[in-house]
Amino acid sequence: MTYEERLENVAVLGAAGKMGSGILLLTAVHMADLQLQNKDKTYVLYAIDVSNKALTGLMDYLRVQVRKIAEKKINWLRAVYEDREDLVENGEMIDEYIFDVMKIVRPVDVMEAAYKANLVFEAVNENKDLKVKLFKQIKEHNDKVWFFTNTSSVPIHYLEENAGVKGRIIGFHFYNPPAVQKLVELIKTENTDPELEKFALEYAKNLKKIIVPSNDFAGFIGNGHFMRDALFGINEALALAKEKGISLPQAIYMINKVTQDYLVRPMGIFQLMDYVGIDVMQFIMNVMNPYLEDEDLHSDLLDTMMEQGVKGGQYSSGAQKDGFLKYEKGKITAVYDPDKKEYVPVSEFAEEADKMLGELPESAVSWKSTLKMKNKDEVLSKFFNDIKNSDTLGAKLAVKYAKNSKAIGEKLVSDGVANNADDVNTVMLTGFFHAYGPINNYFD
Amino acid sequence: MKPKKKIYMTAGYNTVSLGTGRKEFNPKKPRPGIEHYIKEAGQAVLEKVGGAKNVDETVISNFMAPRYNRQANLPGFAPMIDEGLLWKPAVSVEGACGSGGLGLTTSIRSVLAETADVVMALGFEVQNTMKAVYGADVLAGAGWYKVRKKGHAHFFPGQFSDRAGVYYEKYGYDRTRKGMAMWYHNAIINARKDPTAQEYHNTNPDPFATAYKMQPNGKVFVDHLTVLDCSKVSDAASALVVTSEEGLKRIGVDKKDAVEVISFANVIRDITKDPTDPTELETIRRAVQQAMADAGITAKDLATVETHDCFSIAGIMAVEALGLAPKGEGADYVAEGKTAADGEVPMNTTGGLIGWGHPVGATGVHQAVTIWQQLTGNAGDAQINIPADRPYGMTINMGGDDVTVTCIIYKRGE
Repeated sequence: MTYEERLENVAVLGAAGKMGSGILLLTAVHMADLQLQNKDKTYVLYAIDVSNKALTGLMDYLRVQVRKIAEKKINWLRAVYEDREDLVENGEMIDEYIFDVMKIVRPVDVMEAAYKANLVFEAVNENKDLKVKLFKQIKEHNDKVWFFTNTSSVPIHYLEENAGVKGRIIGFHFYNPPAVQKLVELIKTENTDPELEKFALEYAKNLKKIIVPSNDFAGFIGNGHFMRDALFGINEALALAKEKGISLPQAIYMINKVTQDYLVRPMGIFQLMDYVGIDVMQFIMNVMNPYLEDEDLHSDLLDTMMEQGVKGGQYSSGAQKDGFLKYEKGKITAVYDPDKKEYVPVSEFAEEADKMLGELPESAVSWKSTLKMKNKDEVLSKFFNDIKNSDTLGAKLAVKYAKNSKAIGEKLVSDGVANNADDVNTVMLTGFFHAYGPINNYFD
Repeated sequence: MKPKKKIYMTAGYNTVSLGTGRKEFNPKKPRPGIEHYIKEAGQAVLEKVGGAKNVDETVISNFMAPRYNRQANLPGFAPMIDEGLLWKPAVSVEGACGSGGLGLTTSIRSVLAETADVVMALGFEVQNTMKAVYGADVLAGAGWYKVRKKGHAHFFPGQFSDRAGVYYEKYGYDRTRKGMAMWYHNAIINARKDPTAQEYHNTNPDPFATAYKMQPNGKVFVDHLTVLDCSKVSDAASALVVTSEEGLKRIGVDKKDAVEVISFANVIRDITKDPTDPTELETIRRAVQQAMADAGITAKDLATVETHDCFSIAGIMAVEALGLAPKGEGADYVAEGKTAADGEVPMNTTGGLIGWGHPVGATGVHQAVTIWQQLTGNAGDAQINIPADRPYGMTINMGGDDVTVTCIIYKRGE
């Protein structure tokens, strides 16, 4: 089967979810472009999800997103529709393209559709039993299919063995949101068909993604780093509260601020946990933990939050749900106190917390300002050097955090999860949008 | 044509040209609609002429309100400006980017025909209602609809990119790019002197260097132009009154505070045909020659010119059409600074279409307002010297690709 033939019939499982919808969008656009250039073929993309309500929302999402994509490639569209005399204006071609993409997509709430697919993208909940069950079921009715799993934590060989899909599965882990983040972690098992790997690389290239190979360890590189980094943040906050005799919300506020402002990250660590979802984090840690021999990747605080129904994550509109932090129009206004089971307004402790952290050095830069910076390394070196030489509590916490983040990265390499330090850094730069990789010499 | 009786223009007013570049512009927030612009410019002019009772007729210039704003039948907006215009005549005129010029000559004709002594000429366009990729479709209406299909996604930049490409080939790339970069530079420097200009907030320390460094890239935009070679998308209105001598008396404005129309020319090219020579703006050349002949002057008598620089290459070609430089040397003339505010013949002294803005249907009127400001000493920080021995001002307004051209020659009233 050629690359194009493989893509003639594809199914996405969990297509209406956070990751699934992005994967569906990118795949639908890629398939539509192939369709426009191979008019004698019929390309079909099954968007499979258990929720019809979510599938309806998916179609709305697709329409909006495909329009944005079409507007950006109007020159290409004018060339592709050159022979269509009925299409004259940009607007007409954009509308036609939206329809051309949408008409490939078959939103369905039954699994059976995947029996016909040459390729199945799996983006269902991070539940290994569910994934195994679905793969098994499809495999029984479909002997040619390849499986792409978007799992961010379950070892691929576990799925391969338990579903009995030897050689036909590969880890293809997009980052959130898939339509924006450039990174894909690619995870083979020792049995993965080289043809499947070749296909995956070509597909990633066509989607303009950056591939980082990860070895098949639970959590791979991305979550391998993030989960440990987040757990460190949680523990730092708990320790800070105890040591300084301050409330936990205040300590969370401080660690969140240090990780964002001092470490020049797109968001503080607690905001990132909310973004990912406390439920998702707990799920991933639970998947990873049994595979870890010398460490316990687990947080009682996360369990408590879950018990109290505070989960974070996003609304279907993309707006942030409240988690550790409470958000109003994107701004952090309060921090959750699990003892009181309520949010404490930031205004109650921000002044004291900021005073405790101390002033940022004058050389401080915002994460956003580093995006287009040509001398980023130089600017960051100066700022981080000033932090290193500063006596404030904020600076001390930052240096400790950065050193731990580096140690996590180095351990991923020494444990054989990542092939080298560059791969770890690429994952954090392109999957988490960090301004610099965790394995660096800034804080030595 | 040389008017058979004295015709004056005065009481000019421009709204801010709103769009990218202005600090107050936020594409994500709601903006004022067409009513706002029509009212602001119209009411400001009425206040300067003693109220609507003194105005006999209104001429509204606009290009594509039916598509940008879902609105046609524009004469109906005249009484919205002021109840005093209710039950009075009004007309709207359209000639694409040349609508404003047509509005001015329509007003002049009405005064010459003695159907009015005071005509308010008001032009407007509100374009920021859609993204540029769709706006390009609307603007393409200024070309022949049958060539739209094979045209560029950005149709008009595509048209002038083709012209620029041939020009580079014929006269040299680097030399031409230098002239175009200097054209941009002057546009920005001049716009910074007019608080209503779209590039008023531009702080680039060296616009020439930026424009000269930027290379055209067909993969991102069009083959032979950069975005800095193009005028922007704008929301604005401009207005003034066109009067007879009696009309000027009626509104109580001294002749010294008005400009006199010495001559005007409307020249039209066949829209269904390609230009004969892509390196020349022939219609502009013919309009300019005709207007100067009727006025009995040459380009050497011009103190300042407002020309239609929808693209920097059109500015260069206008210099040649005026005869200020031979064909192929317009770029050098501009590069040498001769069109700058302190140059030989200052052009587009408030930024022109690239610097002040290009609210399509308002542009021709805006040009006349600028000339009125300069010749009567009302141009504020943008004021240039008007030499006594060459007191004339000129506007060149072009619709489409050198299709609908209006050239007017002015002198301060005396």
